[in-house]
Amino acid sequence: MSTRLATGGRLINRDAIQNFTFNGKKLRGFAGDTLASALLANDQMLVGRSFKYHRPRGIVASGAEEPNALVNMGQGARFEPNQRVTTTELFDGLTAQSQNHWPSLEYDIGAVNTHLARFLPAGFYYKMFIHPRPFWKHVYEPFIRFSAGLGKAPKDRDGDRYEYLYAHFDLAIIGGGIAGLQAALSAAQSGQRIIVMEQTAHWGGRAPVDGDVINGQGAAAWIAETIAALKAMPNVTLRLRMMGAGVYDHGYLLAYERLGDHRPDADTPRHRLWRIRAKHIVTATGAIERPLSFAGNDIPGVMLASAVRDYIVNFAVSPGDRVVIVTNNDDAYRTALAVHQAGLTVPAVIDARPAGGGALMEQARAAGIRVETGQAIASVKGGKRVSGVSLCQQAGEGGEIGTIDCDVVAMSGGWSPVVHLWSHCGGKLTWDAAQACFVPDPARAPTGADGQPFVTTAGAASGAMTAQDALHNAVDAVQTILGGAGAAPQAEAPEQAPLLPVWIMPQGAGVKLRQKMWLDYQNDVKVSDVQLAAQEGYESVEHAKRYTTLGMATDQGKLSNINGLAVLSGALNSPIPQVGTTTFRPPYTPISMGAIAGEARGEIFQPLRATPMQEWHIENGAYFEPVGHWRRPYCYPRGGETHADAVAREINATRGSLGLLDASTLGKILVKGPDAGRFLDMMYTNMMSNLAVGKCRYGLMCGENGFLFDDGVVARIDDDTWLCHTTSGGADHVHAHMEEWLQTEWWDWQVYTANVTEQYAQIAVVGPNARKVLEKLGGLDVSKDTLAFMQWTEGTLADIPVRVFRISFSGELSFEIAAPAAQGRALWDKLHAAGAEFGATAYGTEALHVMRAEKGFIMIGDETDGTVIPQDLNLNWALSKKKDDYLGKRAHLRSHMASAERWKLVGLETLDGSVLPDGAYAKASGKNANGQQHTQGRVTSTYYSPTLNRGIAMGLVRHGPDRMGEVLEFPKIDGTVVQAKIVNPVFFDKDGEKQNV
Amino acid sequence: MLILTCPCCNIAADETELLPGGQAHITRHGPGSDDADFETYLFMRENPKGVHFERWRHSMGCGKWFHAARCTATLEVFATYSAQTFGPPQHVIDAIKSRRPDWQGPV
Repeated sequence: MSTRLATGGRLINRDAIQNFTFNGKKLRGFAGDTLASALLANDQMLVGRSFKYHRPRGIVASGAEEPNALVNMGQGARFEPNQRVTTTELFDGLTAQSQNHWPSLEYDIGAVNTHLARFLPAGFYYKMFIHPRPFWKHVYEPFIRFSAGLGKAPKDRDGDRYEYLYAHFDLAIIGGGIAGLQAALSAAQSGQRIIVMEQTAHWGGRAPVDGDVINGQGAAAWIAETIAALKAMPNVTLRLRMMGAGVYDHGYLLAYERLGDHRPDADTPRHRLWRIRAKHIVTATGAIERPLSFAGNDIPGVMLASAVRDYIVNFAVSPGDRVVIVTNNDDAYRTALAVHQAGLTVPAVIDARPAGGGALMEQARAAGIRVETGQAIASVKGGKRVSGVSLCQQAGEGGEIGTIDCDVVAMSGGWSPVVHLWSHCGGKLTWDAAQACFVPDPARAPTGADGQPFVTTAGAASGAMTAQDALHNAVDAVQTILGGAGAAPQAEAPEQAPLLPVWIMPQGAGVKLRQKMWLDYQNDVKVSDVQLAAQEGYESVEHAKRYTTLGMATDQGKLSNINGLAVLSGALNSPIPQVGTTTFRPPYTPISMGAIAGEARGEIFQPLRATPMQEWHIENGAYFEPVGHWRRPYCYPRGGETHADAVAREINATRGSLGLLDASTLGKILVKGPDAGRFLDMMYTNMMSNLAVGKCRYGLMCGENGFLFDDGVVARIDDDTWLCHTTSGGADHVHAHMEEWLQTEWWDWQVYTANVTEQYAQIAVVGPNARKVLEKLGGLDVSKDTLAFMQWTEGTLADIPVRVFRISFSGELSFEIAAPAAQGRALWDKLHAAGAEFGATAYGTEALHVMRAEKGFIMIGDETDGTVIPQDLNLNWALSKKKDDYLGKRAHLRSHMASAERWKLVGLETLDGSVLPDGAYAKASGKNANGQQHTQGRVTSTYYSPTLNRGIAMGLVRHGPDRMGEVLEFPKIDGTVVQAKIVNPVFFDKDGEKQNV
Repeated sequence: MLILTCPCCNIAADETELLPGGQAHITRHGPGSDDADFETYLFMRENPKGVHFERWRHSMGCGKWFHAARCTATLEVFATYSAQTFGPPQHVIDAIKSRRPDWQGPV
């Protein structure tokens, strides 16, 4: 039985009762409880099942290292799996459910696996599921999927909100135990900006539980005094419930603050992700106690000695009436004393050391506690709860020398510094043989931009395990970083006897016992599994980890890693430091996906760009499609129209009379200067320097690798100014491309570029009545003779200053009108009003696409995909032969680029008039080495043309232009084949008569 | 997450403000060059463990390209300097040699 003690509990408030449920059971705890302490107070030791064998699992630890006690928390939009009960603060109304069992926690079918354990050794999945091959899909995979996974995935959208915070500090201290606080105190006098973060809800760490005395007073009083002093300093920021999650290059620190978890009704973001830049980081992250490996060490009721002490002292929770302590070091005697002082029974302390411990052992003996030295636990008795232990000699093979009835086993295998944050960014470790743990090596610290160390450890994280050592170490750390750290306070430490490294208990245990010694509790990795892995040749610790899944559970090996690699080193007969550790990767403990996303979700997932006419589009029912960061109208469905109907109507209206397109997204880059013409001759494949003022020219842009990446119409504004139009969404990229060449290759050329895309609204006025509507607006002569095709002019239309470009992407009579962005909407409205008599129709991007395809115009991103060169698209006319050089010219001479075997642009007409599937491949005869059908071409653009009342397509086909009239076969996904004839890609108005009026 | 100081606007810029541009000081080979030179220019890049010269653009800041000399193994930054150079200037070479006495100089 675990229960609440009548008195004590330094963190709980017995006047504030908190109601909660576990698996539907209504339970009560107190404010200040963790979910773990509240469950134990209600005698709920059994909290889950292990991953592989579905063995009963109880609470082992009291902090972030807990491997077993993970629950599904909350409901609906606040449901979250895999929440650690030891780090979850209790609140009124909390609901939790245990995981990984079916049908119930108490009776679990999967537990049959435990009887099959000898058939499920390390690497079982790799060995078993190879043969026969068809079994994988139909038998193994469905079975594994059914049993895989711990918690359930949430079904609803996350109902909470999250945020980022950016901050800069001179010194960031991770860990608010006595070492972290002392470091802050020593550093704060310097006036530097300091933050101290503590992952739990309380300052001071373990010191108050361990009974440390600092400056002659109890640790709690010293902590309160220190916090008060730090709070009074304006340069110090203190944060509880904030975990240092990861340390990255150049002092970048990710910290995770839990603002709302313990008060779900508060109007606050649930989590805040701090993105900190710190000049220096101190990791005062403490240490984690190691379990001992003895048979049955996974039975609920076997706990870390420090956790037993925590539950008694902090929460007045007795994990059981009779607590056997098993240890290889002095610290566990503190637990013996705490249990004794709480009025509970310690039947014995089993100390594996032949000579036992120091002063603390004497205190325990003086209190009447039986201490057995040189002894070990041979095995733990019990199923879902410990009922007793049998003892043996540590030096032997496990021959029983006695039994003790008990309901808790408190184990301590020594302490390992939390080196995770030190290691994240490259800090190296060294083996401390005396304490049998890896400690940070200050000579090989993570280094920053200046090549100097930027992370320093303090306290137990350095391996300084006593209060006295930890405080001195913290002061030394600050002295190294800043100087002027002053003196450390005096702490009293009892004299201790050395620890004895114990990796297997008893040291000569046979295979029967080793098969019951758990290393990784959640993933069911046992001593025998690691030994088998070594035997099978997995000598690297990283390989052994993946083969056995040791340390791959949700606790990421916080408990099991050192024990596991000690066992591996024993099996390999190679010293522990030589075997080394696996890699420590951020985050230290899991952080929520919500915190990673921050505010970037839903409507504000990313900033959207809007044209001056965006409101009009929304008011007129536009259906939008994303184009870069723009949202452009795809079409404007009216009444019950389908999108296809709307597109057809828009095209017919435009070709028949008058269409209006919001072309404001078109990229516009001004290029100016004495060398602008020379520069554009390098940027474009064709000649731009000889373009006459007032004229427009279509140009192509290739990269130095020869591939076509953008196109557009260039207008010569005046003697030294050109306006380059780019594709929608291509402007930023093209502008950056120009700047790169100007700044890094031709920096002596006098050219200035400006991306003026958003400074102008642009409207395409398209159709046989386009000129009439401009004449109605008045102010500008747009007659055929004054403004011929591929010319531009400027002036005013309806008193709005404009540039009018006579260019066409539809094959119709077409004017593109640019006006200052602020007057774009006014011009748009005036064009609609004046065009009403011609049935002026706004058209969207799909109509634009269909009309350009009817004319055989290419579209960047459809006909090009980064592997297409202008020659593939029959655009040789746009490759200047007069110029010595332009970007891509040399690349086009490479043998593969000049090859006659390249696929080239053609039109495709299905024999049955249907629309070809986009991206479909044309079959060729034969198969390749992988048994795949050879291909000879593919569809790049495909539409239903309302103008021609049939499907039209463009594609790239081997030797295509030489094969006019030939019929190709395009297999469809449904297995049928559609036949299409190779034709001229210009489907409509082949002579261009419509645009030349 | 590097911090590089832009030599143009003198801001210590976070990596999120910067655009990487690969190896610095590459000579352009255009029309008239042979296949081997062109291939080297287009594709062949150093990937050293240690001192490296790189191009970066302060794209979310002043927009200027600059060069950085840094150690790819430790991420130590020796210097940042103007992009309008054909090779690392002497003060950059001196800065590197003061930190990496064994360094053989730019390749």
